Amino acid sequence: MQKDFYPKGTKTLGNRLAPSLGTLQAQEDRPNCLTGGHRACQGCGEALGARYVIDAAWKATQGRLAVVTGTGCLEVFSSLYPESAWQTPWMHSLFGNTAAVATGVAAAMRARGTSEVRVLAQGGDGSTTDIGFGCLSGLFERGDDVLYVCYDNEAYMNTGVQRSSATPPTARTATTPPVGSAPGNPFGTGKNVPKLALAHGISYVATASIAFVHDLEQKVSRAMSFHGARYLHVHVPCPLGWGTNPRDTLVHARNAVYCGLFPLFEGENGVVTHSFKLEKTIPVAEYLRGQRRFAHLFAKSGPDTERLQALQAMADAYIAEFNLV
Amino acid sequence: MLKQIEGSQGVAEAVALCRPQVICAYPITPQTHIVEGLSVLVKSGKLAAEYINVESEFAALSVAIGASAGGARSYTATSSQGLLYMAEAVYNAAGLELPIVMTLGTRAIGAPINIWNDHSDAMAVRGAGWIMLFAETNQEAVDLHIQAFLLAEQLKCPVMVCVDGFILTHANDRMDIPAQEEVDAFLPTFAPAQMLDPAHPCSIGAMVGPESFTEVRYLAHHRQVLALSAISQVAETFCKTFGRSSGGLVHAYQLQDAETVLLSMGSVGGTIREVVDEERTAGRKVGYLSLVSFRPFPSAEIERLLKKARTVLVLEKALEPGSGGPLFGQVQQVLAGEVPRLFSVIAGLGGRAITRPSLRQLFSRAHSGDLEPIHFLDLDRSVLTAYDATLQDAFGAC
Repeated sequence: MQKDFYPKGTKTLGNRLAPSLGTLQAQEDRPNCLTGGHRACQGCGEALGARYVIDAAWKATQGRLAVVTGTGCLEVFSSLYPESAWQTPWMHSLFGNTAAVATGVAAAMRARGTSEVRVLAQGGDGSTTDIGFGCLSGLFERGDDVLYVCYDNEAYMNTGVQRSSATPPTARTATTPPVGSAPGNPFGTGKNVPKLALAHGISYVATASIAFVHDLEQKVSRAMSFHGARYLHVHVPCPLGWGTNPRDTLVHARNAVYCGLFPLFEGENGVVTHSFKLEKTIPVAEYLRGQRRFAHLFAKSGPDTERLQALQAMADAYIAEFNLV
Repeated sequence: MLKQIEGSQGVAEAVALCRPQVICAYPITPQTHIVEGLSVLVKSGKLAAEYINVESEFAALSVAIGASAGGARSYTATSSQGLLYMAEAVYNAAGLELPIVMTLGTRAIGAPINIWNDHSDAMAVRGAGWIMLFAETNQEAVDLHIQAFLLAEQLKCPVMVCVDGFILTHANDRMDIPAQEEVDAFLPTFAPAQMLDPAHPCSIGAMVGPESFTEVRYLAHHRQVLALSAISQVAETFCKTFGRSSGGLVHAYQLQDAETVLLSMGSVGGTIREVVDEERTAGRKVGYLSLVSFRPFPSAEIERLLKKARTVLVLEKALEPGSGGPLFGQVQQVLAGEVPRLFSVIAGLGGRAITRPSLRQLFSRAHSGDLEPIHFLDLDRSVLTAYDATLQDAFGAC
């Protein structure tokens, strides 16, 4: 694993020989909108994702940015009074209303004649795909000038790892325990919010991963080049919830992409316009094996072949759908 | 300017005169005509505001929260189920100290579903930290909205103007709608105390732990205490500017020597005043105390005005099953150890008309000492058994 720890080529964070090819995160003068000293766990994918995203959005807007954050880990670990890790104008209201609050902020900017100040809303997968989905759909339908970013760690981590509608099938959570004849989260039809966002016909939709920072930053900056409602769904592993080693967060993030379960794509006005081609693919089992939340699939008594195949079929379907190889 | 218009239209015009910058709209009876009126004003270019049609009441107030934090004067309106659906945001707006003004077209809460007027909705959020003002007439509804924006922005506290659904919102009434210059002179441009401004980044809505939470809540209470004097002052200034008395903490009617006082809130005041006049003509010393401000609760005013009465009837359009009338409980607290005997009267639930004969009978029973501690005005016992035939078997006669 150590050999492949750092991805090669221009996907790396920095490039000392050609600084202009490096990511914003590799620059000395990165805005650092989510500054250090906050209370995120070691290896937190969401903290990385939020810093990458907000920094990129800050750069794209030259600092004319207001950020609205839903209740969840990100809000809790960054804003405990009397401290705040946020270097941008930032607000938190509730768990399920982030998109609507962002609509309000954008409306205020228009009303005050300061619409050059752009609005970015962010929340976790529970906040986005479950409790806040009504407000999110309303935001899309109205087309308010907001980039909504979902940091997807595939469960309600802040409350102690309960299942969300973004939790993958078979995954163990506190409310889908690994017991019974079909341990973990049941298979369903899924709730693919990036595709639902696309179906709203909004100007820009993308998925991204903290393991591919160039791609992520480009998507944020492209998103900020559009006006109206835009959506970015960022995959952010959670060591605590997934039962993974904090130092391996990026490995798992990368493997999720390479196995096909988390396809990276972009879409505009309802149509997929670009897919992130995979330079290599790996079996789904390789991605799942290092995570305790899937440990019951790899029991000593023998692997759960049937459900592993079903998960592989999901990945294969994504690879075909988004033309990833 | 005098106009003969629907109460909702009067409220819409009053709100427009306050130059709200962001208006959020979601339909719910009986509030709907207010946001409809505003949509015409915005769409026709008479009012420069962002008018946002949202997908739920939860979103309506959430958009107002964002807009207010973004530095815009923000307004929305709701009723009943809508208020409950946005309840989480109602608390949040107050906690974030955002000076939003919201009209509540007061209405019953289901089940059973009922679209008509009572105060169950307002009572359900009475602990949320908003200033809550009740209009007695449509003229007062108009005037309270103009005062509400000033109060909200002075105190950094959202204000809910409660206007009785249908009875006021749908009544065609004569209203004096002020001129724009008068309102502009009364209500300065919104200068937000805190806002999302890249030139001065701040964090709004941080998490607060046990070491500071009590203090934050103390300040919320303190703000309401300050509101007691602010509400009186704003009403006084309003009177000087517009030449008519509206708002304030309470309206006292024939209280100077009153032995029996009826205390209530909202539009029922008109009927009560008439019955008080009749009773006075018949030589009975009755009076009426109307609360305009329910939050903050004007405890000192109530005590001062009622401590010499013999009997106080608290008539309210809300009921907490298993407890009684929420307003009654508060009045009881204020008058504990004082002279008056207190009676709770539950009336007008789900739009049941409160009539002069019923009120006359109520006074007469109070005078003869023939009132239960919790009296349901005009309770129809034949409906009780018809609605639930098993009731008698299970509990005996009720």
